[in-house]
Amino acid sequence: MKFLKFGRKILAIVLLTGVSATASAQMMINGAGATFPYPIYSKWFDEYAKVDPSVRFNYQSIGSGGGQKQILAQTVDFGASDGPMSDDNLAKAPGKLLHIPTVAGADVVAYNLTGNPTLKFDADTIAGIFLGQIKKWNDAKIAALNPGVTLPDQEIVVVHRSDGSGTTFIFTDYLSKINPEWKTKVGTNTSVNWPTGIGGKGNEGVAGQIKQTPGAVGYVELIYAVQNKMPYAEIKNATGEFVKPSLESITAALATANIPDDFRFSITNAPGKDAYPISGATWLLVYEQQKDPAKGKKLVAFLKWAAKDGEKMARDLQYAPLPENLQQRVLKRIDEIKM
Amino acid sequence: MEIATPPAQKIFGAPLAPRSAARAMAPPSRFGDKAFEWVTLTMALAVVVLIILIGWQLWQGSSLAVQKFGFHFLTTSTWDPVAEQFGALPFIYGTLVSSLIALLIAVPLSIATAVYLTELAPLWLRQPIVSLIEMLAAIPSVILGLWGIFVMIPWLRDYPFPLLKRLFGWTPFFSGPIYGTSMLAGGIIIAIMILPIITSVSREILRSVPNLQREAAYALGATRWEVTRIAVLSYARKGLFGAVILGLGRALGETMAVTMVIGNTPQIAASLFKPGYTLASVIANEFTEATTDLYLQALFEIGLVLFGLTILVNLLAQLLLRTITTASATRAVQ
Repeated sequence: MKFLKFGRKILAIVLLTGVSATASAQMMINGAGATFPYPIYSKWFDEYAKVDPSVRFNYQSIGSGGGQKQILAQTVDFGASDGPMSDDNLAKAPGKLLHIPTVAGADVVAYNLTGNPTLKFDADTIAGIFLGQIKKWNDAKIAALNPGVTLPDQEIVVVHRSDGSGTTFIFTDYLSKINPEWKTKVGTNTSVNWPTGIGGKGNEGVAGQIKQTPGAVGYVELIYAVQNKMPYAEIKNATGEFVKPSLESITAALATANIPDDFRFSITNAPGKDAYPISGATWLLVYEQQKDPAKGKKLVAFLKWAAKDGEKMARDLQYAPLPENLQQRVLKRIDEIKM
Repeated sequence: MEIATPPAQKIFGAPLAPRSAARAMAPPSRFGDKAFEWVTLTMALAVVVLIILIGWQLWQGSSLAVQKFGFHFLTTSTWDPVAEQFGALPFIYGTLVSSLIALLIAVPLSIATAVYLTELAPLWLRQPIVSLIEMLAAIPSVILGLWGIFVMIPWLRDYPFPLLKRLFGWTPFFSGPIYGTSMLAGGIIIAIMILPIITSVSREILRSVPNLQREAAYALGATRWEVTRIAVLSYARKGLFGAVILGLGRALGETMAVTMVIGNTPQIAASLFKPGYTLASVIANEFTEATTDLYLQALFEIGLVLFGLTILVNLLAQLLLRTITTASATRAVQ
């Protein structure tokens, strides 16, 4: 009996503290989705806690597919995706879903060659390599783009992502746009049926694989090539210029690409002179009609803050911020969210 | 418990004759036995129910893909998320082959280690080796995978693989270009991962062989090797087989480390230097970004296939075990 009384006391304490904890708890806004923007999103949530301490964000970087699924099922307050949602998936949404672009990044074509030469590529050459048609580094097509560079008589080892990824989506989207053979044989998706090569898991897996394998070529996000000090190629863009991937050339792609009103855009092969052609944006997904007005208000306030002040933090984390004109359009869109 | 208290008090309270004390205790202990039986039965059933539920869930989750591809799912080799054509054959092949390679490497190593540790090693050396082996089991899979990419693969590519190619390059198994990431590398990393479990279980089994067995063999004038072979290994055969099956179970489902070194290419190639792919790896790789229904369902079906394959392989192993033991039993009688 004594034990029982003691137990009751503990129970009472637990209940009391539980109640008081919920009473003082901040509002929790849940999100899930893409892994690529996770570092900047978590930075935003962290900084925003100083701006508005009454709200907390919980973001699970489970992948774009998961993000789309969860926002469709309304198990989260916002989703995140590295690619715009398909018409099929949008049709499943119980309300109108808005795409809010946040930041952009780029895929670079990195390689492992002795002497680390800076190479120049165009889409047809890249497609040829990744289709398994160009097999040697001293192939005439590569040599034609790189006069003055001595290319070795070495086999090309193709490395691609094995896991489904927005990085792969951007890369295959770029090749499909320009190379018809790629479009019919492989196509565009987060994972594709690769005609050749070895699959590495994650950007770090592909980067590691390239670093370890002489003669390897693959695509990774810009930051991974920079961090691993790997050489990466200048790519011929829509105007015929060879552009080095950088935050500036990615923003240039965003500034010149044709961006439709629903923000479901692709900025690969953008028409600008300085635009890096293998660039891509990432999106937040929110419902136009918010179910919980209190939560909706807080979410809108955060989105506005992110589009204005958050964008300034992008560069430090190696993301390209949105250009001025797009930023204004995004802010206008956020205003359309209804409670 | 209410029922149990009064007789117990009587026992301790009053000096009773031992016979009547036993009688007083009998009813509660019978109740306890029943309760014990029910509790353990529920626990045991919970596992069965869990397995059935997992199977049912996988079946449900993949119904669309099962309908669309039917039996072809198991016999075709195309895995094309863009065209939504899905076939699991290269993954099934990769899972079986990489596990087989792992067993071929790990089983002799583990059993030899276990024999050394129980029969031959000086006492002071046993515990340190056992601890080291158990430590190997504690290394997270993803760490082993990274080690695989940065240390094991370059080494394999530069030394053992070229040697294998020089010696056995005339067979289809060791022909073709060497990239490092390959089916063989996948098998080797699985071998490292299942080594601790097979060794630990084998060691426990060898330790449980009664010393009488060994003494009897020595008394007959057997050498150390003969004692180990006849008295210990053959006595423990069934248990050792069980250890191997446990290892195989782990090998079939091993995911992260394998994904990082196997090359992730769905193809069926005779050469072990070529990259491969396993069922568990493709789920881990593609599940998070699969956006269309059919694609997701195909991945669920891969899970179902892995589930079925694991059960099938285990059943076959049990069957094999039974044939071996009965065959040797008849031999012993003759």
